[in-house]
Amino acid sequence: MKRIATGVVALALMATAASADIKIGAIVSETGPASSLGDPEAKTIRMMVEALNAKGGIKGEKAKLVLYDDGGDPSKAKTFATRLVEDDGVVAMVGGTTTGTSLAILAVAEDSKVPFISLAGAIEIIDPVKPYVFKTPHTDRMACLKIFADMKSRGLTRIGLISGTDGFGASMRAQCLAVAKSSGIEIVADETYGPKDADITPQLTNIRNRPGIQAVLNSGFGQGPATITRNYAQLGIALPLYQSHGVASNAFIELSGAKNAEGVRLPGTALLVGELLDPKDPQKPVVLAYKANFEKAAGGAPVSTFGGYAHDAMLILAEAMAKAPSAKPAAIRDAIEATTGLVGTTGAYTYSKTDHLGLDLSAFRMLEISNGGWKLVP
Amino acid sequence: MSDLLQFLASGVTVGAVYALVALGFTIIYNASDVVNFAQGEFVMLGGMISVAGVAAGLPLPLAALIAIVATAAIGVALNTFAIEPARGAPVVSLIIITIGASIFIRGVTQIVLDKGTHRLPSFSGDAPFHVLGATVLPQSLWVVAGAVAIFVALWLFFTRTLTGRAVLATSNNRLAAQLVGINTKFVMTLSFALSAAIGALAGVLITPILPTSFEVGISLALKGFAAAMLGGMGNPKGALAGGLLLGLMEALTAGYISSHYKDAVAFFVILAVLFAFPRGLYGSNPTERV
Repeated sequence: MKRIATGVVALALMATAASADIKIGAIVSETGPASSLGDPEAKTIRMMVEALNAKGGIKGEKAKLVLYDDGGDPSKAKTFATRLVEDDGVVAMVGGTTTGTSLAILAVAEDSKVPFISLAGAIEIIDPVKPYVFKTPHTDRMACLKIFADMKSRGLTRIGLISGTDGFGASMRAQCLAVAKSSGIEIVADETYGPKDADITPQLTNIRNRPGIQAVLNSGFGQGPATITRNYAQLGIALPLYQSHGVASNAFIELSGAKNAEGVRLPGTALLVGELLDPKDPQKPVVLAYKANFEKAAGGAPVSTFGGYAHDAMLILAEAMAKAPSAKPAAIRDAIEATTGLVGTTGAYTYSKTDHLGLDLSAFRMLEISNGGWKLVP
Repeated sequence: MSDLLQFLASGVTVGAVYALVALGFTIIYNASDVVNFAQGEFVMLGGMISVAGVAAGLPLPLAALIAIVATAAIGVALNTFAIEPARGAPVVSLIIITIGASIFIRGVTQIVLDKGTHRLPSFSGDAPFHVLGATVLPQSLWVVAGAVAIFVALWLFFTRTLTGRAVLATSNNRLAAQLVGINTKFVMTLSFALSAAIGALAGVLITPILPTSFEVGISLALKGFAAAMLGGMGNPKGALAGGLLLGLMEALTAGYISSHYKDAVAFFVILAVLFAFPRGLYGSNPTERV
């Protein structure tokens, strides 16, 4: 009898221990059209949760990851967000690979008061500030400001803008047009192209023919910018070419061809140029550690900026959960908002009541492609 | 003048890409009246498998050959496992089956191969030709030559060979074709194999210009389908003319009107043409027996 009683007590203890796992939810586009972003994000999130548990979890309790793949579909993302909150009982959510899926998830997060850290670019996610929604990537507007600042410093003020007609390209085009004037930049040509176009020489020919034009900026994502870079070289245009942060990866150089991409400038994160950073740079150890861990966990796949966004989101969440007085969603939210000077791969995050992006322009590094690799522009 | 030439060069390059995809629709359509919406996936497979072959260290011609043969086998499998069992179903059901197959092929490709975007090296280098101030990449000539070669081969196949006429006969009346001794099952298998092979060859030719990934098939099939409809479904001449016309319209609109209206103008012209010629520029006039 006594033995049975002990057994029951032991079982009950085990049950509480198991149910005390802290559940973290994740929704990313591991498959579908945004899978080149979502795949490294999913790998990073799994890797970070494992590492967290290997270090002893959160205040001695294990973190349990519930990860869903929305395939890039906002309505699926919304269903999964509801399931995470209502059925799985997660205390926080990370994900939303694209702006569309992020907007779907954040509606659920706001309604159910569960903190959500988004991995998508658009400024609408955190502007106006929503109490339970944060994000880690830079915004398009910051990329425009960074590029325009670099152009000004080289004395280039009359530029041509060419944008993809996809969501990323259209959004960045609107932001760049909005901040051009205040940055002292005059946009003298404004062309567009389809994201899967095989040849973009007519648009580039028209841009080249604009009198007094000094540089060209492409706001685009995916293979379009690589086609532009090759067409640019084909036409022999000598003006400086700027690309967006959306193509800051080695795959872009490979698709464009190193010779065609020579001299192209773009804003990117420290992750891309970890080895080139100053040894005193606070991001250097963070970036190099993530790169090594990811490449080991992903079987040699190269790190991408997108995985870096997921890394930073998990870092912020883990720190907030360690600091929060309880594992209640509201307490975690308060702790996330109190994040100050946390160094991630994208930049140093300082959230506040009025700022749920937490980054400034210093997080972007102006990079130049040189001999098939990257060079930091001082 | 040099601007016009540049726009034309761009239009012909893009148009040849569309024509290559549109030509792939021809055979299956002629054999079964089915518009095969997995045709874009055949083009994608041609590109993706050759990329994988080149990455594994194979020389490009061998990788391309493997890609074409493998894709043809996949085309045969599509016919055997999805189209043949549904024989007798209305054409619309068969078309929906091909849409399902295209989603399936996309899914398997991203698992078996990968999710990245890749490019094949250009066949004869990247140094552009200069023609009266316009520039043309050598790969564009490969694509145009490929489109013309496939067009000629298809035209000879349908008009000069017994097998080609058997394909047309099967499409006209399957039962009558069987009665005169045509193995219609073989004709169907053959038409899927050939269509898939043409698609894969197109994929190999265009991947140096238009980088490939598991999802390029959708947009290619859409443009190729538009080109085929414009020219007249089932007619190789129509596929070639429709593709080139569509490419030229896009390039000239982007050059002279505005790149913002590039796709809108092209589709407006297609609608207008289809209003005047409902079966496309070179579409056959069906004679209905009363």
